[in-house]
Amino acid sequence: MQFGIFTVSDVTTDPTTGRTPDDTERVRAILTIAQHADQAGLDVFATGEHHNPPFVASSPTTMLGYLAGTTKNITLSTATTLITTNDPVKIAEDYAMLQVISNGRMDLMMGRGNTGPVYPWFGKDIRQGVNLAIENYALLRRLWDEEVVDWQGKFRTPLQGFTATPRPLDGVPPFVWHGSIRTPEIAEQAAYYGDGFLHNNIFWPTDHTARMVEYYRRRYEHYGHGRADQAIVGLGGQFFARKNSQDAWNEFRPYFDNAPVYGHGPSMEDFTRETPLTVGSPQQVIDRYAAMRDVVGDYQRQLFLIDHAGLPLKTVLEQIDILAEEIVPALRAELESKRPAHVPSDPPSHAERVAKARAAGTAQDQHVAGEDRWTGRAAEDDVAEPAGRGAAFGL
Amino acid sequence: MTTRTIAVVSAGLGRPSATRLLADRLAQATTDALAERGVTAEVVTYELRTLAHEITDAMLTGFPSGELRTALETVAGADGVIAVTPIFTTSASGLFKSFVDVIDKDALRGTPLLIGATGGTPRHSLATEYAIRPLFTYLHADTVTTAVFAATDDWAGEADDVNPLPERIRRAGVELAEKVVARPERSGAADGFDATPDFASLLNRL
Repeated sequence: MQFGIFTVSDVTTDPTTGRTPDDTERVRAILTIAQHADQAGLDVFATGEHHNPPFVASSPTTMLGYLAGTTKNITLSTATTLITTNDPVKIAEDYAMLQVISNGRMDLMMGRGNTGPVYPWFGKDIRQGVNLAIENYALLRRLWDEEVVDWQGKFRTPLQGFTATPRPLDGVPPFVWHGSIRTPEIAEQAAYYGDGFLHNNIFWPTDHTARMVEYYRRRYEHYGHGRADQAIVGLGGQFFARKNSQDAWNEFRPYFDNAPVYGHGPSMEDFTRETPLTVGSPQQVIDRYAAMRDVVGDYQRQLFLIDHAGLPLKTVLEQIDILAEEIVPALRAELESKRPAHVPSDPPSHAERVAKARAAGTAQDQHVAGEDRWTGRAAEDDVAEPAGRGAAFGL
Repeated sequence: MTTRTIAVVSAGLGRPSATRLLADRLAQATTDALAERGVTAEVVTYELRTLAHEITDAMLTGFPSGELRTALETVAGADGVIAVTPIFTTSASGLFKSFVDVIDKDALRGTPLLIGATGGTPRHSLATEYAIRPLFTYLHADTVTTAVFAATDDWAGEADDVNPLPERIRRAGVELAEKVVARPERSGAADGFDATPDFASLLNRL
């Protein structure tokens, strides 16, 4: 079972001091948070991707590439990578590069993004969100799975003879998750490919989470990837813990009351009852999240949002320590003790995927001996060769 | 006798409320008209006043909680809906509009719906047509042509001798009942999963 943290990278004023970090400070704080999570022994760090203030995580693979070089064990991931507005060719290249640099210590999670203007800023239509996710991901898979791709679709200029480089590490592409809160089509997509499905239920009642995950599991089995209870499931989560429960409530309340998204809305009492947000002692967090297997079955990855709403870096690092030292060991023991032997504890690692691909004979060559026909030539050199000289202007 | 569910939404703020009074009369007229057609009505009534905080929370957080969630599920799964609001400042009350705003955009598609409204004087009566009916047209509800507006004087029977309030209520109830009876029985709110296309269909529609 993997436990980790994810950041949405919001730059938010600390409501208790009125201080707002600048973008540089926030980016560096996120790096420190990820490195601390690695040192504390957490399993996963994931970053969101946003292209509008007050969020700073616009360039995930730059951040994760740096972290690959400055962390040891932690799996680097995304929450989420925008499969709608990014060019799938660039995703294929960026994340294959990250896979090589991190030596396979990474995976990624596809999401559509819910910020309206981001779509037109990147030349897309939000009403095509699901269709973009379907087509772009289908292309991304081909770019990783096939060396030379001829492709034509609706949302991107066609490709003829295109090879994405670097080729995936050991000839096996990264493991992919799909995240969606309310769209069953995305659960269907994850099930079709046998990919992981993460429900970020931090704003949602658990009965909705249960239905989405159940649907994904049922469809995963339908497509022949294994039994429904062997599908790879992740959950979002949110907590604030102190030794004494009342101290946690007192300290977190101003951050809750002013938080982006839910601030100035429901009371913390209502919100902690309706959603997985848990504020209290480490034991209360353990009890709440140990019960998640009753909602979604035995699952593989639990990510927590802990660095938002203007919480100071020092506090966030303390929360990481509490998570790693007091919450995760007990939670892991509890969840693993109930897990049947045929249900995997973790999402598949790179090594496991390589072994499986080699056994199945589907691992690709890592080197494509392509002939460079392009460098050092002018664009005009490349047209109309078969037609012979003098055929310019169609004469 | 078959049974059909009629969800009633009343946005009256007072207690007692003239809007709730109209809502109850419309529900009774519909129940009577359904009974004449061999159908038993199960009426479930929600006063938005009691859901006001949860409606605001839903607008801020993006998800409905508690009783509001139950109310939205009932409305989405109902065979017919009666929606009644006071007219404030030439339009539906803000609370009523906020409730409509948190209804899923497909939840009322094809659902027979009856509009009711209350106001101080008959001069506001066309608000049902220019302000409220468009909301339900946008949501593709099957709204009956008669909308019932009750001005204060209507309750004394002095406002309209030719077409008094009870007659308008009766007519509206009949119109809603006829639409409800004409539709196949609902099997509760669709949860969106049964209707999810399989992956081949998702690819094909590109």
